[in-house]
Amino acid sequence: MSANSFLAALLINPATILTVGAALAALLPDSRAGLRRPFALVFLAFSAVELARLGLGDYGALTLFGAPATMIRLDPLSRIFAVVFHIAAGLNIVYAWHDRSRMTVFASLAYPAAAIGGVLAGDLVTLFVWWEMTAVISALLVFASGTRASFTAGMRYLAIQILSGVLLLGGVALLFAETHSFAFGPIPLRDGAGDIRLSALLVFLGFGVKSAFPLLHNWVQDAYPKSTISGTIVLSIFTTKLAVYALARSFAGEPSLLWIGAIMTLFPIFFALIENDLRKVLCYSINNQVGFMVVGVGVGTASAVNGAVGYAFCNIIFESLLFMAVGAAMYRTGTSKATELGGLYRTMPLTMIFCLIGALSISAFPLFAGFVTKGLIIDGVAEQRHFWIWLALLFASAGVLEHAGIKIPYFTFFAHDSGKRPKEAPPMMLLAMTVSAILCVGIGIYPKPLYALLPYQSAIADYAPYSLYHILEQSQLLLWAVLAFALLVLFRLYPPEVPSTNLDTDWFWRVPGRRMLAWAAGVAQALWGFAWGVFTRRLDRFIARVYAVHGPEGSLARSWPIGFMALATAIVLGLALVLAFISKLISNT
Amino acid sequence: MTLAAQLPALPVIVPLVAAPFTLLFKPGRAPWAWASLISWIIFAACAAIVAHVANAGVVSYHLGGWPPPIGIEYRIDLANALVLALVSGVAAVVFPFAYQSVKAEIDERQSPYFYGAMLICLTGLLGVTITGDAFNVFVFLEIASLSSYALVAMGARRDRRALTAAFNYLVMGTIGATFFVIGLGLLYQATGTLNMADLHDRLVGQDNRMVEAGFAFIMIGIGLKLAMFPMHLWLPNAYAYAPSAVSAFIAATSTKVAVYVLIRFFFTVFGLDFPFLHVAFAWTLLPVGVIGMFFASIVAVFQEDVKRMLAYSSVAQIGYMLLGVSFGTQEGLAAALVHLVNHGLMKGALFMAAACVFFRLGDHRCRAYEGLARRMPFTTWAFIISGLSLVGVPGTVGFISKWYLIEASIEAHRVWAGFLVVLSSLLAVVYVGRIIELMVLRPPPKDGPLAGEIREAPLSMIIPMWALVAANVYFGFRTGLTAGLADQAAAALMSSAGGG
Repeated sequence: MSANSFLAALLINPATILTVGAALAALLPDSRAGLRRPFALVFLAFSAVELARLGLGDYGALTLFGAPATMIRLDPLSRIFAVVFHIAAGLNIVYAWHDRSRMTVFASLAYPAAAIGGVLAGDLVTLFVWWEMTAVISALLVFASGTRASFTAGMRYLAIQILSGVLLLGGVALLFAETHSFAFGPIPLRDGAGDIRLSALLVFLGFGVKSAFPLLHNWVQDAYPKSTISGTIVLSIFTTKLAVYALARSFAGEPSLLWIGAIMTLFPIFFALIENDLRKVLCYSINNQVGFMVVGVGVGTASAVNGAVGYAFCNIIFESLLFMAVGAAMYRTGTSKATELGGLYRTMPLTMIFCLIGALSISAFPLFAGFVTKGLIIDGVAEQRHFWIWLALLFASAGVLEHAGIKIPYFTFFAHDSGKRPKEAPPMMLLAMTVSAILCVGIGIYPKPLYALLPYQSAIADYAPYSLYHILEQSQLLLWAVLAFALLVLFRLYPPEVPSTNLDTDWFWRVPGRRMLAWAAGVAQALWGFAWGVFTRRLDRFIARVYAVHGPEGSLARSWPIGFMALATAIVLGLALVLAFISKLISNT
Repeated sequence: MTLAAQLPALPVIVPLVAAPFTLLFKPGRAPWAWASLISWIIFAACAAIVAHVANAGVVSYHLGGWPPPIGIEYRIDLANALVLALVSGVAAVVFPFAYQSVKAEIDERQSPYFYGAMLICLTGLLGVTITGDAFNVFVFLEIASLSSYALVAMGARRDRRALTAAFNYLVMGTIGATFFVIGLGLLYQATGTLNMADLHDRLVGQDNRMVEAGFAFIMIGIGLKLAMFPMHLWLPNAYAYAPSAVSAFIAATSTKVAVYVLIRFFFTVFGLDFPFLHVAFAWTLLPVGVIGMFFASIVAVFQEDVKRMLAYSSVAQIGYMLLGVSFGTQEGLAAALVHLVNHGLMKGALFMAAACVFFRLGDHRCRAYEGLARRMPFTTWAFIISGLSLVGVPGTVGFISKWYLIEASIEAHRVWAGFLVVLSSLLAVVYVGRIIELMVLRPPPKDGPLAGEIREAPLSMIIPMWALVAANVYFGFRTGLTAGLADQAAAALMSSAGGG
């Protein structure tokens, strides 16, 4: 690899520009802390200009271990993710304008930078580097709230993210051994004979951990809600979407993704319905939403992948809008518990409106952002005649409406009156939410610019979101779901708001798993203690022997009678004389 | 006849003449003040000599105007200039330090005798170092030794064991001196001269039994004086039971001067052409040095008495110097010379700290050091810093010594010796760390004779002690004066010895 091309590629890479910007912003002295976020915005704008200037193509070609590698690959699939990551990063920086702490400013620019680097990576090694960067830097955000709980959750989070990186690295190494290539393109999970390839499986699982596959998902609900208000929003965006991008790049059309995705859309609904902490509800909603995208990737047709990617784009905007609205309520009231909120519409009307726009978007109401992309996924499933998957997605869509579309705004701003009368959200939060809301509505009404960004243009050319069939299907679904909610509330069958902790599958590795680990540690400790005991007994005996000779009463330290001293001297002299006598023999040999 | 021309005679003449005057003073402060004044004058003279030698090269002074080899010659090159600076420097620090300590430990009526003996001892040590005449070495060695027997015996007022210690020291020292003079006699028989340079010239080509026997006698005689293992047995008790100030002075200078004499005889008198020298290096000095390094360090680890512990540590440090000499290379020689000076600095400071503790607590066993950090913080930190120097922690002179020694081991293709140096340093970590733990981490004793309110040692003790501690640190960073001179001195010795 030539050092010059490497450096040149680093200089034009938006990811490195942002990382450097993050470091510089963080290095500003505390007396200038107010400049940190403006500074970060400047670098973000710089990076966006650079991204636009680059245009489609490959940049920064390198040679690693004799195989080609590409630091920047800007094609339609990576471009749309890079664009939306820039938008989201900008919105987050504006939203959390009040938070000037060095670590959060750094992380909220460097973490998107790493995700953008991963999206732009043209080979698996570069991907791995940025993949690990996202893990480490995002962990800073989990730690940011500085509580004991956030520390331990951050350590668990970090362990799982690093596990994902290790899986990826192992897979990359095996792939390189098989193919002598670091190509980051389609990776068939099965070989010609239909057997699963270990290398591909490792990469698949590495991606799976980050996209929170079922049973690998607990880190989302564990770590995200323990971060700060703005930290949670930043966290909610990048890691899972980067993983969706990686799946779309390497495993589009992989049939198992259909089932994995379908389960992901379903199971969080139930947890979300009974969960009391609204930020945790939204975290379950992340699982559910990523499930839709995974299904789209699993279908693998051009229009379904378009749907998955487009849905990711919209989801980033409306999901963070929801997080922002709940965050604003939490910023003013200090809590995000459904039991402690309610009735805030009186004093936070703007936030309430933005929250409703986010809710309508996530529920895919016509004229909102969710609608124009979700249809692509569901149509794709239907076209490929995956009946059960299709049914699951419809059910999940209704579930989204229940927990994200209704529960979030309802319990925050309406429901029982908590008596809290907080001020409206601060202006910068309102600004960020306004822009998000405009984007949600704008895309819903005029989706053309978004469609122009989608990777497979031929598949989108004749797609009409506002066909009668789409509107009818979606409206029926939504109305029945609203009716169901109304009836449940009316007959008091809706799960009541209770302050409780709900057990998820992570109970299995937090409680019995912990016991197992403790037992193993106990056994290891006992074995070590035994070995150490044997060693120290030996050592004690050795020292006792040394002491017997060298101790104060030992023969070497005793005060000897003078005759002995003289004798010793005489002996030494004798030896020296003998040595002199035979010295010729010695020096001759 | 300017004073500058007579400068080389001053270090010997001035204390020798000044010593009897102490007896004329009223016991108490006056003898001490006189001796301190003399020690400073001598230090100034020695510093002038060092500066002169460093600039102008070897100085040859003919005593009484009689030219060598018939007359006695004082011959000062960098090697003995360095030792002169050490001895006079330690004296200039210890003499002012001694007043309070001596007042507490010695009958005041004896104080004139004490300071007189100290000055005579100083005369002897400086004379041994400065002279270029082999028999003169014997004379001054006996002057130094006889006075130190008396000084050790003066510890009897506080501990009667000082008497047996002094007696043993006397007998062993005399045996050593006798062996030395026998060796000299044999050399005189063979060559008919006693001037060192002349001896070297006439010994060339002489490879007979008589010269070899002479070599063996001289090596063993001086070996006894410098406490070479296994002839070190007189040393621990002598250092432990001597008055504290005497311990500090003798430990820092006496064995170092003996090591210098050994180096002088090996390299200047016999020279590298002498065939037996290499056999003696490989078969005597090297094993004796290595065994001494380990055995004495291990004994020190188990000692219950801090002064005895320091004494055994000295035996171990002598082992390092012998190891450096035994390589027979310029680097090894430089390492030995550097360590000679550096060890003088650290041991002097450590024994002075022990003197401060003994002054306040009347005890030099380990238990007196419990909780010392809270009672005597300045003394404690002086002990800690010079103890770390003894271990060889970077930033102190001890590190420079160990560094030179390890480098010399590698240079001499004896990497294992370098490893052994590090290994035995770990033992030093143990015995020094043990005392530091007592001082810093333990609480002071609640009852018993050592309990009660204990104040810091008086300033007249603290200031000289810290001067030496500061030297430990200063020369750990600025190595030009110690290591730089030692390098040059080693180079000069090697070329005079006929080596590369």
